[in-house]
Amino acid sequence: MNPALRVAVIGAGPSGLYAAVDLLKRHPEARVDVFDRLPVPGGLVRSGVSPDHALRRAVIAVCERLALGSGRFRYFGNMTLGEQFQVQDLREHYHAMLFASGAGSDRRLGIPGEDLRGSHPATAFVGWYNCHPDHAGQRFDLSAERAVVVGNGNVALDVARMLLLPVDELRHTDMADHALDVLAESRVREVVILGRRGPAQAAFTAPELLELATLQGVDIAVEGALPERVADAGQALRLQLLRELQQRPSSGAARRLVLRFLSSPEAILGSDRVEALRIARNRLVEGADGEPRAEATGETENLETGLVFRSVGYRAEPLPGLPFDPQRAVLPNAEGRVLDPERGHAPLPGCYVAGWLKRGPSGVIGTNKICSRETVTALLADASAGRLGAAPQAGTELPALLQRGREVLVDYDGWKRIDRQEQARGAPQGRPRARLASVAEMLLTANG
Amino acid sequence: MAYVIVGTCINDSACVDVCPVDAIHPRPDEPGFVRADMLYIDPQACIDCNACAEACPIGAIYAPNKLPPQLERYRQINALMTRGIPA
Repeated sequence: MNPALRVAVIGAGPSGLYAAVDLLKRHPEARVDVFDRLPVPGGLVRSGVSPDHALRRAVIAVCERLALGSGRFRYFGNMTLGEQFQVQDLREHYHAMLFASGAGSDRRLGIPGEDLRGSHPATAFVGWYNCHPDHAGQRFDLSAERAVVVGNGNVALDVARMLLLPVDELRHTDMADHALDVLAESRVREVVILGRRGPAQAAFTAPELLELATLQGVDIAVEGALPERVADAGQALRLQLLRELQQRPSSGAARRLVLRFLSSPEAILGSDRVEALRIARNRLVEGADGEPRAEATGETENLETGLVFRSVGYRAEPLPGLPFDPQRAVLPNAEGRVLDPERGHAPLPGCYVAGWLKRGPSGVIGTNKICSRETVTALLADASAGRLGAAPQAGTELPALLQRGREVLVDYDGWKRIDRQEQARGAPQGRPRARLASVAEMLLTANG
Repeated sequence: MAYVIVGTCINDSACVDVCPVDAIHPRPDEPGFVRADMLYIDPQACIDCNACAEACPIGAIYAPNKLPPQLERYRQINALMTRGIPA
């Protein structure tokens, strides 16, 4: 019997898993196969969320339980679009495909010295301490006393916290072993976080700020005046928390976090490695859209540092065989229907997008649930209106496209073997898990 | 007394779907949702039914008498951030 709707979801991060769960719930006969380029699912919930926030990772297990409970869900890990399979292969097997592979690259600063030794994307550091196979083998030299993080979103605050927390507070977490070892030897005593605009426009959330206030052994300096006028209640709360931090007397702690605003990096200085960061001082002016915008005052300052992390946003890369909007770094879409710029922006039949690949890198984990729901609504409407395009020719058996990647495929059982192994490795030390650091190790475990 | 959402909140909104008295904001269909740092429970509207705490995928909602002392601030923040929102 041919089921009514077979969907391939590409990417097993929060947006892909939320989409899979929503599809399975709303279409009683839909069959959903979720693909990921890594053996293990979770995306940034696994490799972005910081180790001391691991409670948030539970959302993946909830999605897993809901998807599995349907009996109509399969997982195909370690399968990369453009390598083991192509969009055309998906067309032969599925009525629809939903792309949710996120924004894996980082935005660059575009300033001189950006590639000096000691200058890193924050995403690489986060991937490293979270044991992402792409980053686990990197090296971070933490022998400098001061580190600077450019950008002040939650990722920037995570990086600062990992650098400043006593390593003993991280030993019970799922942080990578190699990161624990390096952090134990770290000489970093001060982290300066730079924001281009003012405190009211800062990108971090109130809970992250509240958490900073509870850090033991870390003094927090909030530099500059805090504005009285606010745009909304959320901003008012963040400013109130900043004010409390600012008024707190210094305890003379050994480690220090500095929140600096109205500051743009102009150049990273050094002969063969980072020695200083030239910072331009900004003021706020009203932009054409009414939003406050940073404008250089002409004043600059050199801040001595051996370590610079850029944390100014993620960026999606084009997917092979699909249209791409290089300006916004998303798949061009309307409500999640992928549009084809070469055919007057008409919807590309059977192609959908969700998450950061759809709307750009914004929001928190759950923002993707609503985003994915909108896409699933479009997909289901098209399915019932007969707008998905030609029906797939192949059957529901393990797709032929997977035969080619058979030696590297990690299916649901394989993933669970990795999951159990990681938990077993962590248990003796009272940790939720101790992760496998390479795809090779994961494959060995999955096949074991 | 009322239930309290704490800073671990990921805006999953499963709590909003199950709340029988529409006490949790911003809802996904409210304008503030997309930019909300987290979700909040209006203590004036909450009826202590526990549905939200059961629905939360990550355990970010506490019964009023079970809120850990170090998270006490969130009781006030939930009240503050839902003030003026019609229940």
